[in-house]
Amino acid sequence: MGLDINTKKAKKNAFRISKERGIGASRIRVPGGYLKAEILGMVQEIAEKYGNGIVHLTTRQGFEIEGIHLEDMDAINEMLQPIIELLDINQQDEGTGYPASGTRNITACIGNNVCPFANYNTASFAKRVEKEIFPNDLHFKVAFTGCPNDCGKVRLHDFGIIGMTMPQYDPSRCVNCQACVKGCKSLSVNALRVENYKIVRDEEKCIGCGVCITKCPTRAFTRSKQKYYKLTLMGRTGKKNPRLGEDFLIWADEDSIVKIILNTYRFVKEYIDPKAPGGKEHIGYIIDRVGFEEFKKWALEGVELLPETKMKECVYWNGIHFDR
Amino acid sequence: MGYQLSRKTADEVFGKLKERYDIFAPKLFQGEGCFSDTDIIRYGKIDSLDEIEYERRSDYSFKEALIAINETLFYFTEDETTVPSCTDKKLLIFLRSCDLHALKRLDAIYLENGPEDFYYKRLREKASFVLMGCSQTCDTGFCVSMGANQTDQYDLYLKLDGDFVLVDCKSEELAGYFQHLETEDCAVTADYVTENKENVTLPKNLSVDSFQNPIWESYGSRCIGCGRCNFVCPTCTCFTMQDIHYRDNSNVGERRRVWASCQVDGYTDIAGGNSFRKTQGERMRFKVMHKIYDFEKRFGYPMCIGCGRCDAVCPEYISYANLISQLAKEEA
Ligand code: HEM
Ligand code: SF4
Ligand code: SF4
Ligand code: SF4
Ligand code: SF4
Ligand code: SF4
Repeated sequence: MGLDINTKKAKKNAFRISKERGIGASRIRVPGGYLKAEILGMVQEIAEKYGNGIVHLTTRQGFEIEGIHLEDMDAINEMLQPIIELLDINQQDEGTGYPASGTRNITACIGNNVCPFANYNTASFAKRVEKEIFPNDLHFKVAFTGCPNDCGKVRLHDFGIIGMTMPQYDPSRCVNCQACVKGCKSLSVNALRVENYKIVRDEEKCIGCGVCITKCPTRAFTRSKQKYYKLTLMGRTGKKNPRLGEDFLIWADEDSIVKIILNTYRFVKEYIDPKAPGGKEHIGYIIDRVGFEEFKKWALEGVELLPETKMKECVYWNGIHFDR
Repeated sequence: MGYQLSRKTADEVFGKLKERYDIFAPKLFQGEGCFSDTDIIRYGKIDSLDEIEYERRSDYSFKEALIAINETLFYFTEDETTVPSCTDKKLLIFLRSCDLHALKRLDAIYLENGPEDFYYKRLREKASFVLMGCSQTCDTGFCVSMGANQTDQYDLYLKLDGDFVLVDCKSEELAGYFQHLETEDCAVTADYVTENKENVTLPKNLSVDSFQNPIWESYGSRCIGCGRCNFVCPTCTCFTMQDIHYRDNSNVGERRRVWASCQVDGYTDIAGGNSFRKTQGERMRFKVMHKIYDFEKRFGYPMCIGCGRCDAVCPEYISYANLISQLAKEEA
């Protein structure tokens, strides 16, 4: 009897159909790439019981358990259940594995759990968005990075979230050591200068990286209580027109970003090409087709930006065109 | 005189004290540490006992309550200078035993080292000190090694103990706030530690020959010259001068004195462009020798009181305590 498998369903259930007949892979997304170590043991157990003992660390912060037999998918889904619970993945039916695979795992650099440069907890923001948007079949890529170093390479994503902080300067604590000036010059964008022994910050130039704050030995520079983010849009890799995401919002708040991502799902549902292969059309190409103005109208619905948030009225992308 | 007050009574006394005193104590400044979502404990004016960070040692010392980081010495116009007035209020400063020993060093530098410093003196005369005892040692301090773990030089000792507050008042000025209260008199002795995690032996034979020791370069090559070790130190007193000419009228301005650090570039720069200690190794040597050698030669006791703040703050994990212990070991 031949193998009778609904590959569309299997793929949506986070299984890969491999090039070897009858063999697939089980894909385990880890939102924000942040997990309890006990999950590693569970992954090992599945890999040794049902796979070929090999696990691939995916580019989107997941595990891919290689060499599983497609007929074992149900048994594997049972074993995935404790992992799904520990990772707090939204799921409709217990024991049925990962519910969808269109929206890709939300990735994050390590953020302020560890990194001294980071401006926020990337994993918790990633998990907040995870809870809002999963499960979902639409092809979205969201990524978080702690600071403008962009170790998370978020500019290659549809939504890139870059941590910022608004430096707060207390001149009465400043000893004019110029550690901030040197730091901003050598590690960042050279936005600081000295006037009358005190520091002047070029607010147009400053990218909110926070280097000045980490360098300051007296706490004259400190972080803003409000956490700020830069939102970059519609970066992508791929065959037709790979390009870096461009700045849309600068000095934005967490709530606005969540709303804009959710609004974009509504926009895509409205405008996605019904004849797109596999029901998949990348948002970036939809916006290219429909126009940025229309996207913006949908994206900003019900969004109340902070007064200090700067928005680019229009966004232009470049990148490499192989499709023209 | 010792008293046991209810917390409520203590809060009332605090309210009365506030009318005459600006009260400074270590406070937790949330989110104001170097890194995202980290805090810092430093001195600030407080409005209630609740604001005091009683458990952990402050990252920055009490000295900023007496020596402002930026202090305007005078304002000048073309032919006149004006000295800014001093606060009308008195000062009450909460601190620990090691800090009170540090106060003696600040006094030595500003009041007993040649002419008295006008600005320090006028604030110092207004200040009273409240000892916060230490029921357990902090992590990096070595106050026991430096003999700074205990003191009776306080005006007031104050211990928060659940619903009660224990007080020992030595000052006549403050006694009035407690005498009329219906409180139980009791013997109160200040908490102090008798052991630290860190023990330090001072080298006894430092001299100019120590300049040749390779240890300075070995630590200096790790130092980034940020000055944190000096800025957090309760016994560092160095300052530099700044003449500010206001931008709208450059004939008018002010002269300030501002904290300085012997580890930071510019400290030994002089008119004409020369600079004396160029490498971090030379600067490290100078700092350490000042802390445990030069000052002692002049005043008879070392400058460092072993609070351990410099070790705790150094971003390059340079342990000054370990450095001096190594010097001592080399002598043995
Ligand atoms: C052989 C002659 C001299 C020697 C060895 C000498 C040495 C020094 C030293 C060691 C300092 C630093 C003091 C400190 O910061 O504690 C200094 C500062 C200074 N010296 Fe001289 N000096 C000499 C001649 C002069 C002369 C002739 C003048 C003026 C015409 C002068 C003007 C100054 C001034 C204005 C400063 C303060 C500079 C500053 O703080 O930026 N010096 N000198
Ligand atoms: S936050 Fe702004 S001023 Fe500070 S280092 Fe970064 S770019 Fe420079
Ligand atoms: S690092 Fe801090 S103390 Fe130094 S110049 Fe900059 S703000 Fe002032
Ligand atoms: S040198 Fe270090 S240990 Fe000594 S008093 Fe200063 S900060 Fe404290
Ligand atoms: S010379 Fe250095 S170690 Fe000595 S008091 Fe000044 S800053 Fe502190
Ligand atoms: S804190 Fe450390 S790195 Fe900074 S000047 Fe002091 S010893 Fe050097």
